[in-house]
Amino acid sequence: MLKTFKIGGVHPAENKFSSGREIEALALPKTAFIPVGQHIGAPAAPVVKKGDKVKTGQVIAQSNGFVSVNIHSSVSGTVKKIDLIPDASGYAKQGIVIDVEGDEWLETIDRSETLVNDFSFTGEEIIQKIKEAGIVGMGGATFPTHVKLVPPKGMKAGLLIINGVECEPYLTSDHRLMLEKADEIVVGTRLLMKALNVEKAVIGIENNKPDAIRLLKEKVAAYPAISITPLKVKYPQGGEKQLIKAVTGKEVPSGALPIAVGCVVSNVGTAFAVYEAVQKNKPLFERVVTVTGKSVKQPSNFKVRIGTPASELLEAAGGLPDDTGKIISGGPMMGKAVTSLEIPVTKGTSGLLLVPGAEARRDGRMACIRCSRCVTACPMGLEPYLLMTASEKQIWERAEKEKVMDCIECGSCSYTCPSSRPLLDYIRLGKGKVGQIIRSRKN
Amino acid sequence: MSITIVYTVITLSAIGTLSAVVLYFVAQKFKVYEDPRIDQVEAALPGANCGGCGHAGCRAFAEACVKENDLSNLFCPVGGNECMSGVAGILGLEAVKKDPRVAVVRCNGTCEYRPKTSNFDGATTCAIASSLYSGETDCQYGCLGFGDCVVVCDFDAIHMNPVTGLPEVIDEKCVACGACVEACPKMLIELRKKFPKERKIYVACRNEDKGGQARKACQVACIGCSKCEKECAYDAITIANNLAFIDSDKCKLCRKCVSVCPTNAIIEVNFPPRKIQKETTESTTVNQ
Amino acid sequence: MSNVLTISPSPHVHTDDSVRKIMYRVVLAMLPALAWSVFVFGLDALRVTLIAVAACMAFEYLIQRFVMKVTPSVNDGSALVTGILLAFNVPADLPWWILVLGAFVAVAVAKLSFGGLGSNIFNPALVGRVFLLISFPVQMTTWPVTKQAAVDATTAATPLGLIKEGILNGKPLNELMGTLPSTSDMLLGNIGGSLGEVSALMLLLGGLYMLWKKVITWHTPVAILGSMFVFGGIFWFVDPEAYLTPVFHLLAGGAMLGAIFMATDMVTSPMTGKGQLIYGVGIGVITMCIRLFGSYPEGISFAILIMNGFTPLINAYVKPKRFGGQK
Ligand code: SF4
Ligand code: SF4
Repeated sequence: MLKTFKIGGVHPAENKFSSGREIEALALPKTAFIPVGQHIGAPAAPVVKKGDKVKTGQVIAQSNGFVSVNIHSSVSGTVKKIDLIPDASGYAKQGIVIDVEGDEWLETIDRSETLVNDFSFTGEEIIQKIKEAGIVGMGGATFPTHVKLVPPKGMKAGLLIINGVECEPYLTSDHRLMLEKADEIVVGTRLLMKALNVEKAVIGIENNKPDAIRLLKEKVAAYPAISITPLKVKYPQGGEKQLIKAVTGKEVPSGALPIAVGCVVSNVGTAFAVYEAVQKNKPLFERVVTVTGKSVKQPSNFKVRIGTPASELLEAAGGLPDDTGKIISGGPMMGKAVTSLEIPVTKGTSGLLLVPGAEARRDGRMACIRCSRCVTACPMGLEPYLLMTASEKQIWERAEKEKVMDCIECGSCSYTCPSSRPLLDYIRLGKGKVGQIIRSRKN
Repeated sequence: MSITIVYTVITLSAIGTLSAVVLYFVAQKFKVYEDPRIDQVEAALPGANCGGCGHAGCRAFAEACVKENDLSNLFCPVGGNECMSGVAGILGLEAVKKDPRVAVVRCNGTCEYRPKTSNFDGATTCAIASSLYSGETDCQYGCLGFGDCVVVCDFDAIHMNPVTGLPEVIDEKCVACGACVEACPKMLIELRKKFPKERKIYVACRNEDKGGQARKACQVACIGCSKCEKECAYDAITIANNLAFIDSDKCKLCRKCVSVCPTNAIIEVNFPPRKIQKETTESTTVNQ
Repeated sequence: MSNVLTISPSPHVHTDDSVRKIMYRVVLAMLPALAWSVFVFGLDALRVTLIAVAACMAFEYLIQRFVMKVTPSVNDGSALVTGILLAFNVPADLPWWILVLGAFVAVAVAKLSFGGLGSNIFNPALVGRVFLLISFPVQMTTWPVTKQAAVDATTAATPLGLIKEGILNGKPLNELMGTLPSTSDMLLGNIGGSLGEVSALMLLLGGLYMLWKKVITWHTPVAILGSMFVFGGIFWFVDPEAYLTPVFHLLAGGAMLGAIFMATDMVTSPMTGKGQLIYGVGIGVITMCIRLFGSYPEGISFAILIMNGFTPLINAYVKPKRFGGQK
């Protein structure tokens, strides 16, 4: 029996069209639009001004507090302006616009392909390097990695879990990365272990990627401290709490962080970025993005500079299909629908999914038939139908009592509801409101 | 037969009496002393329980009035000055006088002026739509049109106009409780001073983008050109973040600003038609 | 690209399941039992079923359209299911007007007056059935004989009815035993009874199909049948002279129909597996109490309705196991 998490879960059609496509480097954009807030936490403060010449890899915005990270230029050229640029949600946010001229990297970055295996750093040095390189969780959560690596006082990490699950349908960026950069990921994992001072690491990979499991098993054979755990395919296994449960059998208590059960979870993309930052001095300014969809001509995996407009990725994947009805940044379960193709790739963009018009709209909402499928599907053991009603009727106390704050917004409930009820829409609203209430109570 | 009925009656009466006695003693035991003035004040209030005063219903407001012993921070928007002076009379206090107010929706981005650039397909509430993204048009400040304000209004005073896609306030019904002001995630609704004959002049826009961008998203957006600010003789207009705002407490309804606005973002309501004006200004006159 | 893009909150994919599909699966699951009853009761069974279905759908449409003034939702299949279930619960030769009345009570009173599909507290078909049973006790308890029965009579009694009547008349059980049909006849459905309840085998077949298609979970049926078995078993064990075997109880009357099709109705049963177990045991125990001690020969309809009433309470107290919850 393969390991998996116990409560709930669904199994949407996988549709991983691009899993056989090697990662290609995408041509540089003409203009890069780099938002200063690409992570959870305070946006970075720009340190360049209009007209400045910047090199690839140079810091252009400085981290603004502990939970915040540096932003680096992903291209070389001239700063055109520092202005509001549209983000994925259509609201204008501050960003730095750079006209690209050539591709001149900072001299300190090692651009060779040779595998470096240098473990002369101390844990603090590694964390410092990660912090300077602006690394965030690459799975989409974009939480600053260096913050995760410093457990709160009195807590100690015992196990590092590397998330190679990629449970979102369609997306294949992590899968490709594991196949093509396995050595680097292993080095990155070892660096993270050293930074955290843990003895053990587990790489969790869903069983629908047997090639990646095989390859990584070979690569870690020499390091008994790292093991590979194949997992049964089930969404949302990539959720931190679900992954910890699947791998260790431990449940993170309600409202607590993974560190409460001695675990730290990092994405394979993050492990790779850590490798590059520590061994190659290369800050985080490019990432792998899957461009996919049922009508996309050439579903692909691209290595893309941060700040590249989405339209350029699409161009390289064979152009925008005529029947596009919805554009999603990320996967279909947790991704965000965007209004325009001008939004730039950010540190958290794992994919770009084009949904044909016929599938873009939801089915009409019907009355709840109390079939309890949402309850069965919820990986957090919640009662989505109840939470939705509480939020819709604005009974926030009830929503709080029924643990609305535990919802991980995985969308399994909305996915599974035969009445097509917008469960998560309302639950998210309830989470927001209850969160506000809790915060105001604390003050 | 008849004996059965007699027994039944006797038993039931006995149970009834017993319960009444028990209830009486229980009520006596759990009785709490309450200031009788609370009841009096409550009776003087409109009883709408709308929460417009900031208290959880009329009873809570009445309790607050009695407890505070000072009415300067307490006001019932529904009952208005008359009601408050009544309350003040009961408590022997001084009530503050406030100008009556009315809710005004500061967006005129109708379907015609502000084309849709996306289609929202989720739970149709403004709160959910606005937390997801900027809205169906390119104006991130404008009305979303899902009517959270309508749902929240206890007085049936605000409705969606299906033609414009915007909410409209029925002035006679609006009691200025402020529920819609709270409900609107775009903060479009303002409680403005009520003028005679329901006349109003206001900037029907909240767009803080730079002029060009604002105009591109919506034909009747305020572009922050500050022409109106210069025109106003009463200092009622201020420009901040590319957006004009008319302070209804200073405005004298002279209507000068309306004609200088290049985008017709300033709206005049319930005025007689002008004699020597160009037609465009009239077309912006909304009859509410 | 269609000129304006659609924006919606995640998730952006949806299962291809729908209320309609679920309902049609239930209908499919009922077909074997229906076919069997046409086989044993002749075309009468089909007639009754069609009338019940037509009446239910018509009432649903008309009331939603003209009284509630909402878009009618007849094609969601729920009225169809209610119609068939109602037909399953009446004798195969019930006059049409009684059926129509039953359909009216089921759809108008038990379902739409609560707000329609999903808001009703009690199983509509059962409310219709119980209403008819109380209003027309004679018509509702006169069962036609099966075509296969060798007896020369125009009406038959149900096995449970035989027992109850016999015991009320003071006959000892072992004397009554002789009049009872054999287990295999009961399994197949060669006995008197309501249209859909006679063949335990066909009902089980439908139940297995629904389990396979995940329309129902095992909790409710297993809890009902299990508790009936245990409860009946205890009495039988203590005094086999006075009580019938538990197997007889499972096969007789509406136990199978109730456990598989009526009690598992999504709308009126609890949301969690644990809750469904409590609910099922409640039904089983109440059914057996009515059968053994009550004046009605059969009690599963009442038992289900009673437990339907407890469902909101069960939902309020029996919560799913929360992830990371202390316990
Ligand atoms: S989105 Fe929340 S409520 Fe819905 S299934 Fe996921 S965790 Fe449960
Ligand atoms: S899945 Fe949908 S229909 Fe079923 S109980 Fe949940 S909300 Fe109701």
